[in-house]
Amino acid sequence: MAKISDQDVEKIAQLAKLKITESEKESYRSHLEEIVSYVEKLNELDTDDVDPTFSVQQRKQVLRPDETKPSLPREDALKNAPSQANGFFRVPKIISQDRGES
Amino acid sequence: MAESRQTYQQIQSRLNNGETTSEKLALQYIEKINKSDLNAFITVLDERALDKAREVDRKIQSGSAGPLAGMVVAVKDIFSMNKVRTTCGSKILSSYIAPYDAHVVSLLEKADAVIVGKTNMDEFGMGSSTENSAYGSVKNPHDPDRIPGGSSGGSAAAVAADLAMTALGSDTGGSVRQPAALCGIAGLRPTYGRISRYGLIAFASSLDTVGLFSQFVSDCADLLQVLAGEDGNDSTSSPVAVPDYHENIEQGIKGLRVGVPEEYFRGGLDSSIRESVQNVLQAMEKEGAVLQPIKLPMTDYGIATYYLICTAEASSNLARYDAVKYGFRASDIQDLDQMYLDSRHDGFGDEVKRRIMLGTYVLSAGYYDAYYIKAQKCRTLIQQDFKKAFEDCDVIIGPTTPTTAFKLGEKVDDPMSMYLSDIYTVTAPLAGLPAISIPIGKDDSNLPIGIQITSDAFQEDLLFRVANWIETSNP
Repeated sequence: MAKISDQDVEKIAQLAKLKITESEKESYRSHLEEIVSYVEKLNELDTDDVDPTFSVQQRKQVLRPDETKPSLPREDALKNAPSQANGFFRVPKIISQDRGES
Repeated sequence: MAESRQTYQQIQSRLNNGETTSEKLALQYIEKINKSDLNAFITVLDERALDKAREVDRKIQSGSAGPLAGMVVAVKDIFSMNKVRTTCGSKILSSYIAPYDAHVVSLLEKADAVIVGKTNMDEFGMGSSTENSAYGSVKNPHDPDRIPGGSSGGSAAAVAADLAMTALGSDTGGSVRQPAALCGIAGLRPTYGRISRYGLIAFASSLDTVGLFSQFVSDCADLLQVLAGEDGNDSTSSPVAVPDYHENIEQGIKGLRVGVPEEYFRGGLDSSIRESVQNVLQAMEKEGAVLQPIKLPMTDYGIATYYLICTAEASSNLARYDAVKYGFRASDIQDLDQMYLDSRHDGFGDEVKRRIMLGTYVLSAGYYDAYYIKAQKCRTLIQQDFKKAFEDCDVIIGPTTPTTAFKLGEKVDDPMSMYLSDIYTVTAPLAGLPAISIPIGKDDSNLPIGIQITSDAFQEDLLFRVANWIETSNP
Protein backbone atom coordinates (compact mmCIF):
# COMPACT_ATOMS: atom_id res chain seq x y z
CA MET A 1 0.00 0.00 0.00
CA ALA A 2 1.53 3.27 -1.12
CA LYS A 3 1.60 6.15 1.33
CA ILE A 4 1.19 9.73 0.12
CA SER A 5 1.75 12.50 2.67
CA ASP A 6 0.45 16.05 2.79
CA GLN A 7 4.00 17.17 1.99
CA ASP A 8 4.02 14.96 -1.14
CA VAL A 9 0.77 16.58 -2.28
CA GLU A 10 2.20 20.08 -1.72
CA LYS A 11 5.35 19.23 -3.64
CA ILE A 12 3.48 17.68 -6.58
CA ALA A 13 1.09 20.65 -6.71
CA GLN A 14 4.02 23.06 -6.85
CA LEU A 15 5.64 21.04 -9.67
CA ALA A 16 2.32 21.00 -11.54
CA LYS A 17 1.73 24.73 -10.92
CA LEU A 18 -1.61 24.07 -9.28
CA LYS A 19 -2.79 25.90 -6.19
CA ILE A 20 -4.33 23.54 -3.67
CA THR A 21 -6.29 24.91 -0.76
CA GLU A 22 -6.14 23.36 2.71
CA SER A 23 -9.66 21.98 2.32
CA GLU A 24 -8.77 20.29 -1.01
CA LYS A 25 -5.55 18.71 0.19
CA GLU A 26 -6.99 15.60 1.82
CA SER A 27 -9.10 14.71 -1.21
CA TYR A 28 -6.05 14.85 -3.52
CA ARG A 29 -3.95 12.93 -0.99
CA SER A 30 -6.43 10.09 -0.58
CA HIS A 31 -7.14 9.85 -4.29
CA LEU A 32 -3.44 9.73 -5.16
CA GLU A 33 -2.87 7.11 -2.50
CA GLU A 34 -5.75 5.01 -3.78
CA ILE A 35 -4.69 5.03 -7.43
CA VAL A 36 -0.97 4.67 -6.73
CA SER A 37 -1.78 1.64 -4.57
CA TYR A 38 -3.90 0.25 -7.40
CA VAL A 39 -1.25 0.71 -10.12
CA GLU A 40 1.32 -1.06 -7.97
CA LYS A 41 -0.30 -4.26 -9.15
CA LEU A 42 2.00 -3.88 -12.18
CA ASN A 43 4.80 -4.97 -9.85
CA GLU A 44 3.36 -8.49 -10.11
CA LEU A 45 4.77 -8.53 -13.66
CA ASP A 46 8.39 -9.32 -14.39
CA THR A 47 9.49 -6.70 -16.92
CA ASP A 48 13.27 -6.89 -16.47
CA ASP A 49 13.85 -8.03 -20.05
CA VAL A 50 11.04 -6.03 -21.65
CA ASP A 51 11.70 -2.89 -23.70
CA PRO A 52 9.39 0.07 -23.04
CA THR A 53 7.02 1.16 -25.84
CA PHE A 54 6.77 4.94 -25.98
CA SER A 55 4.93 4.96 -29.29
CA VAL A 56 3.01 2.23 -31.07
CA GLN A 57 4.36 3.45 -34.37
CA GLN A 58 7.60 2.12 -35.78
CA ARG A 59 8.19 5.13 -38.03
CA LYS A 60 11.50 6.89 -37.96
CA GLN A 61 11.73 10.66 -37.62
CA VAL A 62 9.31 12.30 -40.05
CA LEU A 63 10.98 15.25 -41.77
CA ARG A 64 9.90 17.82 -44.34
CA PRO A 65 11.88 20.34 -46.38
CA ASP A 66 12.81 23.40 -44.34
CA GLU A 67 10.75 25.88 -46.30
CA THR A 68 9.12 29.05 -45.06
CA LYS A 69 5.36 28.73 -45.20
CA PRO A 70 2.57 31.07 -44.11
CA SER A 71 1.81 30.85 -40.41
CA LEU A 72 -0.72 32.39 -38.05
CA PRO A 73 -0.74 36.21 -38.41
CA ARG A 74 0.40 38.00 -35.23
CA GLU A 75 -2.98 39.59 -34.52
CA ASP A 76 -4.71 36.19 -34.78
CA ALA A 77 -2.15 34.60 -32.49
CA LEU A 78 -2.74 37.34 -29.91
CA LYS A 79 -6.54 37.38 -30.14
CA ASN A 80 -7.06 34.84 -27.36
CA ALA A 81 -4.49 36.27 -24.96
CA PRO A 82 -5.95 37.34 -21.58
CA SER A 83 -3.73 40.41 -21.73
CA GLN A 84 -1.66 41.90 -24.57
CA ALA A 85 0.15 45.14 -25.38
CA ASN A 86 2.03 46.45 -28.42
CA GLY A 87 1.86 43.12 -30.23
CA PHE A 88 3.11 41.07 -27.29
CA PHE A 89 1.64 38.79 -24.64
CA ARG A 90 1.45 40.68 -21.36
CA VAL A 91 2.17 39.04 -18.01
CA PRO A 92 2.64 40.29 -14.45
CA LYS A 93 6.10 41.49 -13.45
CA ILE A 94 8.43 38.57 -13.05
CA ILE A 95 11.38 40.02 -11.13
CA SER A 96 9.88 42.59 -8.81
CA GLN A 97 6.97 41.14 -6.87
CA ASP A 98 5.89 44.32 -5.10
CA ARG A 99 3.65 45.57 -7.90
CA GLY A 100 1.59 43.43 -10.25
CA GLU A 101 -1.06 43.92 -12.88
CA SER A 102 -4.25 42.09 -13.55
CA MET B 1 -34.24 5.93 -30.53
CA ALA B 2 -34.45 6.51 -34.25
CA GLU B 3 -35.60 3.23 -35.78
CA SER B 4 -37.07 4.95 -38.81
CA ARG B 5 -33.76 6.60 -39.72
CA GLN B 6 -32.28 6.16 -43.13
CA THR B 7 -28.66 5.50 -43.93
CA TYR B 8 -26.68 8.39 -45.34
CA GLN B 9 -26.56 6.64 -48.72
CA GLN B 10 -30.38 6.59 -48.78
CA ILE B 11 -30.50 10.26 -47.78
CA GLN B 12 -27.91 11.05 -50.43
CA SER B 13 -30.07 9.57 -53.18
CA ARG B 14 -33.09 11.51 -51.92
CA LEU B 15 -30.96 14.67 -52.12
CA ASN B 16 -29.78 13.81 -55.60
CA ASN B 17 -33.24 13.08 -57.02
CA GLY B 18 -34.70 16.26 -55.50
CA GLU B 19 -36.96 14.62 -52.89
CA THR B 20 -35.40 16.79 -50.20
CA THR B 21 -32.76 19.50 -49.86
CA SER B 22 -29.75 19.94 -47.64
CA GLU B 23 -31.33 23.12 -46.26
CA LYS B 24 -34.52 21.29 -45.28
CA LEU B 25 -32.55 18.56 -43.57
CA ALA B 26 -30.33 21.03 -41.72
CA LEU B 27 -33.39 22.98 -40.55
CA GLN B 28 -35.06 19.81 -39.27
CA TYR B 29 -31.98 18.90 -37.26
CA ILE B 30 -31.52 22.42 -35.86
CA GLU B 31 -35.17 22.45 -34.73
CA LYS B 32 -34.69 19.10 -33.01
CA ILE B 33 -31.50 20.30 -31.31
CA ASN B 34 -33.25 23.43 -30.03
CA LYS B 35 -36.10 21.33 -28.61
CA SER B 36 -33.82 18.77 -26.99
CA ASP B 37 -33.04 18.90 -23.26
CA LEU B 38 -30.17 16.39 -23.31
CA ASN B 39 -27.50 19.15 -23.09
CA ALA B 40 -25.63 17.34 -25.87
CA PHE B 41 -24.31 20.56 -27.44
CA ILE B 42 -22.12 23.31 -26.04
CA THR B 43 -22.44 25.45 -29.18
CA VAL B 44 -25.07 25.17 -31.92
CA LEU B 45 -23.89 26.50 -35.28
CA ASP B 46 -27.30 27.16 -36.79
CA GLU B 47 -26.51 30.05 -39.13
CA ARG B 48 -23.24 28.60 -40.27
CA ALA B 49 -24.89 25.23 -40.89
CA LEU B 50 -27.72 26.76 -42.92
CA ASP B 51 -25.28 28.79 -45.04
CA LYS B 52 -23.35 25.62 -45.74
CA ALA B 53 -26.54 23.67 -46.49
CA ARG B 54 -27.62 26.27 -49.08
CA GLU B 55 -24.17 26.08 -50.67
CA VAL B 56 -24.48 22.29 -50.76
CA ASP B 57 -27.87 22.55 -52.48
CA ARG B 58 -26.34 24.75 -55.18
CA LYS B 59 -23.55 22.21 -55.63
CA ILE B 60 -26.02 19.32 -55.89
CA GLN B 61 -27.86 21.29 -58.59
CA SER B 62 -24.65 21.79 -60.53
CA GLY B 63 -23.45 18.23 -59.97
CA SER B 64 -20.33 19.23 -58.04
CA ALA B 65 -21.30 18.14 -54.51
CA GLY B 66 -18.78 16.32 -52.33
CA PRO B 67 -19.03 12.73 -51.04
CA LEU B 68 -20.74 13.71 -47.75
CA ALA B 69 -23.08 16.32 -49.26
CA GLY B 70 -25.77 17.26 -46.78
CA MET B 71 -24.63 14.85 -44.05
CA VAL B 72 -25.50 16.60 -40.78
CA VAL B 73 -22.52 16.11 -38.48
CA ALA B 74 -21.94 17.07 -34.84
CA VAL B 75 -18.35 17.69 -33.79
CA LYS B 76 -16.99 17.16 -30.27
CA ASP B 77 -15.87 20.44 -28.73
CA ILE B 78 -12.31 19.10 -28.58
CA PHE B 79 -11.81 19.92 -32.29
CA SER B 80 -10.64 23.39 -33.26
CA MET B 81 -12.91 25.17 -35.68
CA ASN B 82 -11.85 28.48 -37.15
CA LYS B 83 -13.64 31.48 -35.58
CA VAL B 84 -15.78 29.17 -33.41
CA ARG B 85 -15.59 28.91 -29.62
CA THR B 86 -13.75 25.68 -28.73
CA THR B 87 -13.99 24.91 -25.01
CA CYS B 88 -12.87 21.28 -24.68
CA GLY B 89 -15.50 21.11 -21.92
CA SER B 90 -13.30 23.32 -19.72
CA LYS B 91 -13.75 26.64 -17.98
CA ILE B 92 -10.13 27.39 -18.82
CA LEU B 93 -11.07 27.62 -22.54
CA SER B 94 -14.51 29.19 -21.98
CA SER B 95 -13.75 32.17 -24.20
CA TYR B 96 -11.25 30.54 -26.57
CA ILE B 97 -12.02 31.15 -30.25
CA ALA B 98 -9.95 28.77 -32.36
CA PRO B 99 -7.90 30.56 -35.03
CA TYR B 100 -7.75 27.57 -37.41
CA ASP B 101 -9.63 24.43 -38.47
CA ALA B 102 -8.74 20.93 -37.31
CA HIS B 103 -7.77 18.75 -40.28
CA VAL B 104 -10.94 16.65 -39.90
CA VAL B 105 -13.08 19.79 -39.85
CA SER B 106 -11.48 20.95 -43.14
CA LEU B 107 -12.07 17.50 -44.66
CA LEU B 108 -15.72 17.45 -43.58
CA GLU B 109 -16.35 20.88 -45.06
CA LYS B 110 -14.54 20.01 -48.27
CA ALA B 111 -16.70 16.88 -48.54
CA ASP B 112 -19.79 19.13 -48.14
CA ALA B 113 -20.94 17.78 -44.79
CA VAL B 114 -22.97 20.25 -42.72
CA ILE B 115 -21.49 20.79 -39.26
CA VAL B 116 -24.38 21.58 -36.99
CA GLY B 117 -22.63 22.19 -33.66
CA LYS B 118 -19.97 21.43 -31.07
CA THR B 119 -20.85 18.73 -28.58
CA ASN B 120 -20.51 18.47 -24.82
CA MET B 121 -17.77 16.33 -23.30
CA ASP B 122 -15.80 15.47 -20.20
CA GLU B 123 -13.23 18.22 -19.68
CA PHE B 124 -10.20 17.57 -21.93
CA GLY B 125 -11.58 14.10 -22.63
CA MET B 126 -11.04 12.96 -19.06
CA GLY B 127 -13.99 10.94 -17.86
CA SER B 128 -16.38 8.11 -18.66
CA SER B 129 -19.72 9.81 -18.00
CA THR B 130 -19.60 13.41 -19.39
CA GLU B 131 -20.25 14.59 -15.83
CA ASN B 132 -16.83 16.28 -15.79
CA SER B 133 -17.96 19.07 -18.13
CA ALA B 134 -17.88 22.72 -17.10
CA TYR B 135 -21.06 23.05 -19.20
CA GLY B 136 -23.28 20.60 -17.30
CA SER B 137 -23.73 16.88 -17.68
CA VAL B 138 -25.41 15.18 -20.65
CA LYS B 139 -28.46 12.91 -20.35
CA ASN B 140 -28.66 9.49 -21.92
CA PRO B 141 -31.44 9.60 -24.56
CA HIS B 142 -32.62 6.14 -23.40
CA ASP B 143 -33.06 7.27 -19.77
CA PRO B 144 -32.64 10.91 -18.69
CA ASP B 145 -31.52 9.84 -15.19
CA ARG B 146 -28.50 8.05 -16.61
CA ILE B 147 -25.16 9.09 -18.06
CA PRO B 148 -24.48 8.77 -21.80
CA GLY B 149 -20.92 7.55 -21.19
CA GLY B 150 -17.87 9.62 -21.93
CA SER B 151 -15.83 11.42 -22.65
CA SER B 152 -17.57 11.96 -26.03
CA GLY B 153 -21.01 11.76 -24.37
CA GLY B 154 -22.49 14.75 -26.19
CA SER B 155 -21.64 13.33 -29.61
CA ALA B 156 -23.02 9.89 -28.69
CA ALA B 157 -26.25 11.30 -27.24
CA ALA B 158 -26.68 13.57 -30.29
CA VAL B 159 -26.48 10.68 -32.75
CA ALA B 160 -28.61 8.36 -30.58
CA ALA B 161 -31.35 11.01 -30.31
CA ASP B 162 -31.04 11.83 -34.04
CA LEU B 163 -29.85 15.39 -33.38
CA ALA B 164 -27.18 14.67 -36.00
CA MET B 165 -26.74 11.92 -38.57
CA THR B 166 -23.16 11.24 -37.48
CA ALA B 167 -20.64 12.77 -35.10
CA LEU B 168 -16.94 13.09 -34.42
CA GLY B 169 -15.50 12.22 -31.05
CA SER B 170 -12.07 11.39 -29.74
CA ASP B 171 -10.97 8.12 -28.17
CA THR B 172 -7.98 7.92 -25.82
CA GLY B 173 -8.98 4.94 -23.65
CA GLY B 174 -12.53 4.27 -24.80
CA SER B 175 -14.11 7.72 -25.09
CA VAL B 176 -15.93 6.82 -28.32
CA ARG B 177 -16.65 3.09 -27.93
CA GLN B 178 -17.97 3.30 -24.36
CA PRO B 179 -20.52 6.11 -24.96
CA ALA B 180 -21.51 4.45 -28.26
CA ALA B 181 -22.26 1.25 -26.32
CA LEU B 182 -24.20 3.05 -23.58
CA CYS B 183 -26.21 5.11 -26.10
CA GLY B 184 -26.93 2.23 -28.51
CA ILE B 185 -25.06 3.42 -31.62
CA ALA B 186 -21.92 2.55 -33.58
CA GLY B 187 -18.60 4.04 -32.42
CA LEU B 188 -15.26 3.49 -34.13
CA ARG B 189 -11.78 4.05 -32.80
CA PRO B 190 -9.55 3.76 -35.88
CA THR B 191 -5.94 2.59 -35.86
CA TYR B 192 -3.54 5.07 -34.22
CA GLY B 193 -2.35 7.26 -37.13
CA ARG B 194 -5.26 6.50 -39.48
CA ILE B 195 -6.80 9.99 -39.09
CA SER B 196 -4.81 13.20 -38.61
CA ARG B 197 -5.15 14.78 -35.17
CA TYR B 198 -4.13 18.27 -36.29
CA GLY B 199 -6.46 20.58 -34.34
CA LEU B 200 -7.59 17.87 -31.90
CA ILE B 201 -6.79 19.34 -28.48
CA ALA B 202 -4.25 16.98 -26.92
CA PHE B 203 -4.85 14.85 -23.82
CA ALA B 204 -2.49 11.85 -24.12
CA SER B 205 -0.68 12.06 -27.42
CA SER B 206 0.49 8.45 -27.71
CA LEU B 207 -3.13 7.29 -27.34
CA ASP B 208 -5.45 10.04 -28.69
CA THR B 209 -7.34 9.25 -31.89
CA VAL B 210 -10.21 10.85 -33.76
CA GLY B 211 -13.31 8.66 -33.39
CA LEU B 212 -16.56 8.32 -35.33
CA PHE B 213 -20.19 7.86 -34.27
CA SER B 214 -23.08 6.78 -36.47
CA GLN B 215 -26.44 5.08 -36.36
CA PHE B 216 -25.40 2.70 -39.16
CA VAL B 217 -22.12 0.92 -39.84
CA SER B 218 -22.29 2.00 -43.46
CA ASP B 219 -22.37 5.70 -42.44
CA CYS B 220 -19.26 5.13 -40.35
CA ALA B 221 -17.52 3.71 -43.43
CA ASP B 222 -18.60 6.77 -45.45
CA LEU B 223 -17.07 9.06 -42.83
CA LEU B 224 -13.80 7.16 -42.48
CA GLN B 225 -13.44 7.13 -46.27
CA VAL B 226 -13.26 10.93 -46.21
CA LEU B 227 -11.24 11.37 -43.00
CA ALA B 228 -8.55 8.67 -43.28
CA GLY B 229 -5.11 9.47 -44.68
CA GLU B 230 -1.78 11.13 -44.14
CA ASP B 231 -1.52 14.81 -43.23
CA GLY B 232 1.65 16.87 -43.22
CA ASN B 233 0.47 18.72 -40.12
CA ASP B 234 0.44 15.54 -38.00
CA SER B 235 3.65 13.52 -38.21
CA THR B 236 1.91 10.55 -36.55
CA SER B 237 -0.62 10.29 -39.38
CA SER B 238 0.11 7.20 -41.43
CA PRO B 239 1.02 6.85 -45.12
CA VAL B 240 -0.61 3.37 -45.26
CA ALA B 241 -2.95 3.33 -48.27
CA VAL B 242 -6.65 3.94 -47.55
CA PRO B 243 -8.81 1.10 -48.95
CA ASP B 244 -12.37 1.35 -50.28
CA TYR B 245 -14.30 0.76 -47.05
CA HIS B 246 -17.47 -0.30 -48.89
CA GLU B 247 -15.84 -2.81 -51.20
CA ASN B 248 -16.09 -5.83 -48.88
CA ILE B 249 -18.59 -4.54 -46.33
CA GLU B 250 -21.31 -6.99 -47.41
CA GLN B 251 -19.03 -9.98 -47.76
CA GLY B 252 -20.25 -11.65 -44.57
CA ILE B 253 -18.37 -13.70 -42.02
CA LYS B 254 -18.10 -17.25 -43.38
CA GLY B 255 -14.74 -18.75 -42.41
CA LEU B 256 -13.86 -15.76 -40.23
CA ARG B 257 -11.78 -16.71 -37.18
CA VAL B 258 -13.24 -14.96 -34.15
CA GLY B 259 -11.08 -14.77 -31.04
CA VAL B 260 -13.06 -14.90 -27.79
CA PRO B 261 -10.87 -13.84 -24.84
CA GLU B 262 -11.73 -15.70 -21.65
CA GLU B 263 -10.67 -12.67 -19.60
CA TYR B 264 -13.55 -10.62 -21.09
CA PHE B 265 -16.29 -12.86 -19.64
CA ARG B 266 -15.31 -13.04 -15.98
CA GLY B 267 -16.88 -11.56 -12.85
CA GLY B 268 -17.90 -7.92 -12.91
CA LEU B 269 -19.67 -8.35 -16.26
CA ASP B 270 -23.46 -7.85 -16.24
CA SER B 271 -25.18 -11.15 -16.96
CA SER B 272 -27.43 -9.50 -19.57
CA ILE B 273 -24.38 -8.25 -21.46
CA ARG B 274 -22.70 -11.65 -21.22
CA GLU B 275 -25.79 -13.35 -22.66
CA SER B 276 -26.26 -10.85 -25.47
CA VAL B 277 -22.62 -11.12 -26.57
CA GLN B 278 -22.73 -14.91 -26.39
CA ASN B 279 -25.91 -14.97 -28.47
CA VAL B 280 -24.17 -12.96 -31.18
CA LEU B 281 -21.14 -15.26 -31.06
CA GLN B 282 -23.37 -18.33 -31.43
CA ALA B 283 -25.15 -16.75 -34.39
CA MET B 284 -21.79 -16.01 -35.97
CA GLU B 285 -20.73 -19.62 -35.52
CA LYS B 286 -23.97 -20.79 -37.09
CA GLU B 287 -23.27 -18.51 -40.06
CA GLY B 288 -19.89 -20.20 -40.58
CA ALA B 289 -17.46 -18.19 -38.45
CA VAL B 290 -14.99 -20.17 -36.35
CA LEU B 291 -14.95 -19.30 -32.65
CA GLN B 292 -11.48 -19.48 -31.20
CA PRO B 293 -10.99 -19.29 -27.41
CA ILE B 294 -7.99 -17.03 -26.79
CA LYS B 295 -6.13 -15.57 -23.85
CA LEU B 296 -5.31 -11.90 -23.24
CA PRO B 297 -3.66 -12.28 -19.81
CA MET B 298 -2.67 -8.59 -19.68
CA THR B 299 -6.34 -7.51 -19.60
CA ASP B 300 -6.22 -7.20 -15.80
CA TYR B 301 -3.24 -4.84 -16.03
CA GLY B 302 -4.70 -2.60 -18.73
CA ILE B 303 -6.24 0.06 -16.51
CA ALA B 304 -3.15 0.47 -14.31
CA THR B 305 -0.94 0.76 -17.41
CA TYR B 306 -3.35 3.13 -19.09
CA TYR B 307 -3.77 5.54 -16.16
CA LEU B 308 -0.03 5.83 -15.60
CA ILE B 309 0.67 6.63 -19.25
CA CYS B 310 -2.31 8.88 -19.94
CA THR B 311 -1.86 10.98 -16.81
CA ALA B 312 1.87 11.40 -17.41
CA GLU B 313 1.18 12.62 -20.94
CA ALA B 314 -1.72 14.79 -19.75
CA SER B 315 0.39 16.53 -17.12
CA SER B 316 2.83 17.45 -19.87
CA ASN B 317 0.22 18.41 -22.49
CA LEU B 318 -1.81 20.53 -20.10
CA ALA B 319 1.21 22.55 -19.02
CA ARG B 320 0.36 24.77 -21.99
CA TYR B 321 -2.58 26.28 -20.09
CA ASP B 322 -0.52 28.98 -18.46
CA ALA B 323 -2.92 31.94 -18.76
CA VAL B 324 -0.49 33.71 -21.09
CA LYS B 325 -1.23 32.78 -24.71
CA TYR B 326 -4.91 31.91 -24.39
CA GLY B 327 -7.43 30.78 -21.86
CA PHE B 328 -8.74 31.90 -18.51
CA ARG B 329 -6.59 34.11 -16.22
CA ALA B 330 -7.53 34.54 -12.56
CA SER B 331 -8.04 38.07 -11.25
CA ASP B 332 -6.17 39.88 -8.43
CA ILE B 333 -2.80 38.62 -9.60
CA GLN B 334 0.33 39.87 -7.81
CA ASP B 335 3.08 37.92 -9.56
CA LEU B 336 3.75 35.38 -12.29
CA ASP B 337 3.77 32.28 -10.10
CA GLN B 338 0.47 33.24 -8.52
CA MET B 339 -0.95 33.78 -12.01
CA TYR B 340 -0.12 30.18 -12.95
CA LEU B 341 -1.27 28.67 -9.66
CA ASP B 342 -4.55 30.56 -9.35
CA SER B 343 -5.53 30.44 -13.03
CA ARG B 344 -4.98 26.68 -13.22
CA HIS B 345 -6.72 26.12 -9.88
CA ASP B 346 -9.80 28.09 -10.89
CA GLY B 347 -9.78 27.11 -14.58
CA PHE B 348 -9.44 23.31 -14.38
CA GLY B 349 -12.08 20.96 -12.93
CA ASP B 350 -11.42 18.36 -10.23
CA GLU B 351 -10.80 15.32 -12.43
CA VAL B 352 -8.39 17.19 -14.68
CA LYS B 353 -6.44 18.39 -11.64
CA ARG B 354 -6.40 14.89 -10.17
CA ARG B 355 -4.91 13.54 -13.38
CA ILE B 356 -2.36 16.34 -13.69
CA MET B 357 -1.31 15.59 -10.10
CA LEU B 358 -0.97 11.85 -10.70
CA GLY B 359 0.89 12.42 -13.97
CA THR B 360 3.26 14.89 -12.34
CA TYR B 361 3.88 12.41 -9.54
CA VAL B 362 4.71 9.45 -11.83
CA LEU B 363 7.09 11.61 -13.89
CA SER B 364 8.84 13.16 -10.88
CA ALA B 365 12.35 12.33 -9.74
CA GLY B 366 12.52 9.03 -7.91
CA TYR B 367 9.26 7.65 -9.34
CA TYR B 368 9.86 7.87 -13.10
CA ASP B 369 11.32 4.37 -13.47
CA ALA B 370 9.05 2.72 -10.94
CA TYR B 371 5.82 3.98 -12.49
CA TYR B 372 6.21 5.60 -15.91
CA ILE B 373 8.85 3.29 -17.42
CA LYS B 374 7.21 0.29 -15.78
CA ALA B 375 3.94 1.19 -17.49
CA GLN B 376 5.64 1.59 -20.87
CA LYS B 377 7.10 -1.90 -20.45
CA CYS B 378 3.66 -3.25 -19.60
CA ARG B 379 2.39 -1.59 -22.77
CA THR B 380 4.89 -3.76 -24.67
CA LEU B 381 3.43 -6.85 -22.97
CA ILE B 382 -0.10 -5.77 -23.93
CA GLN B 383 1.00 -5.40 -27.56
CA GLN B 384 2.54 -8.86 -27.43
CA ASP B 385 -0.73 -10.26 -26.06
CA PHE B 386 -2.61 -8.99 -29.10
CA LYS B 387 0.13 -10.00 -31.53
CA LYS B 388 -0.01 -13.56 -30.27
CA ALA B 389 -3.82 -13.58 -30.31
CA PHE B 390 -3.95 -12.45 -33.94
CA GLU B 391 -1.87 -15.47 -34.97
CA ASP B 392 -4.98 -17.54 -34.23
CA CYS B 393 -7.83 -15.22 -35.18
CA ASP B 394 -8.87 -12.40 -37.52
CA VAL B 395 -10.91 -10.37 -35.05
CA ILE B 396 -11.41 -10.36 -31.28
CA ILE B 397 -14.96 -10.00 -29.98
CA GLY B 398 -16.25 -9.25 -26.50
CA PRO B 399 -18.38 -6.80 -24.56
CA THR B 400 -17.57 -3.07 -24.85
CA THR B 401 -18.47 -2.27 -21.24
CA PRO B 402 -18.99 -4.36 -18.08
CA THR B 403 -22.32 -2.64 -17.31
CA THR B 404 -24.99 -0.66 -19.13
CA ALA B 405 -25.41 3.09 -18.47
CA PHE B 406 -25.16 3.98 -14.79
CA LYS B 407 -27.08 6.71 -12.97
CA LEU B 408 -26.02 10.36 -13.06
CA GLY B 409 -24.02 11.07 -9.90
CA GLU B 410 -23.50 7.38 -9.10
CA LYS B 411 -19.72 7.32 -9.55
CA VAL B 412 -18.85 10.98 -9.58
CA ASP B 413 -17.23 10.91 -6.13
CA ASP B 414 -15.44 7.62 -6.73
CA PRO B 415 -12.88 8.14 -9.52
CA MET B 416 -11.39 4.67 -9.10
CA SER B 417 -14.69 2.91 -9.78
CA MET B 418 -15.18 5.18 -12.82
CA TYR B 419 -11.73 4.16 -14.12
CA LEU B 420 -12.51 0.44 -13.70
CA SER B 421 -15.49 0.74 -16.04
CA ASP B 422 -12.98 1.11 -18.91
CA ILE B 423 -11.56 -2.40 -18.53
CA TYR B 424 -12.45 -3.66 -22.04
CA THR B 425 -11.62 -0.46 -23.92
CA VAL B 426 -8.17 0.62 -22.67
CA THR B 427 -6.02 -2.20 -24.06
CA ALA B 428 -6.61 -1.67 -27.81
CA PRO B 429 -5.37 1.96 -27.56
CA LEU B 430 -2.25 0.85 -25.71
CA ALA B 431 -1.50 -1.42 -28.67
CA GLY B 432 -2.59 1.18 -31.27
CA LEU B 433 -5.31 -1.13 -32.61
CA PRO B 434 -8.69 -0.21 -34.12
CA ALA B 435 -11.95 -1.32 -32.50
CA ILE B 436 -15.63 -0.68 -33.10
CA SER B 437 -18.60 -0.93 -30.75
CA ILE B 438 -22.05 -1.60 -32.17
CA PRO B 439 -25.40 -2.09 -30.41
CA ILE B 440 -26.75 -5.62 -29.89
CA GLY B 441 -30.01 -5.09 -28.04
CA LYS B 442 -31.01 -3.98 -24.57
CA ASP B 443 -31.04 -5.21 -20.98
CA ASP B 444 -34.09 -5.60 -18.71
CA SER B 445 -34.12 -1.86 -17.96
CA ASN B 446 -34.26 -1.14 -21.70
CA LEU B 447 -30.68 0.15 -21.74
CA PRO B 448 -28.47 -0.48 -24.78
CA ILE B 449 -25.73 -3.13 -24.83
CA GLY B 450 -22.63 -2.83 -27.01
CA ILE B 451 -20.37 -5.47 -28.54
CA GLN B 452 -16.75 -4.64 -29.33
CA ILE B 453 -14.83 -5.94 -32.34
CA THR B 454 -11.05 -5.44 -32.43
CA SER B 455 -8.73 -6.18 -35.36
CA ASP B 456 -5.08 -5.87 -36.17
CA ALA B 457 -3.84 -2.43 -37.25
CA PHE B 458 -5.30 -0.81 -40.41
CA GLN B 459 -8.06 -3.40 -40.84
CA GLU B 460 -11.00 -1.08 -40.34
CA ASP B 461 -12.50 -2.61 -43.51
CA LEU B 462 -12.65 -5.95 -41.69
CA LEU B 463 -14.26 -4.31 -38.64
CA PHE B 464 -16.93 -2.79 -40.90
CA ARG B 465 -17.55 -6.15 -42.59
CA VAL B 466 -18.12 -7.95 -39.28
CA ALA B 467 -20.08 -5.07 -37.73
CA ASN B 468 -22.25 -4.79 -40.83
CA TRP B 469 -23.09 -8.50 -40.68
CA ILE B 470 -24.08 -8.24 -37.01
CA GLU B 471 -26.11 -5.09 -37.69
CA THR B 472 -28.00 -6.44 -40.70
CA SER B 473 -28.57 -10.01 -39.48
CA ASN B 474 -29.59 -8.67 -36.04
CA PRO B 475 -28.97 -11.93 -34.16
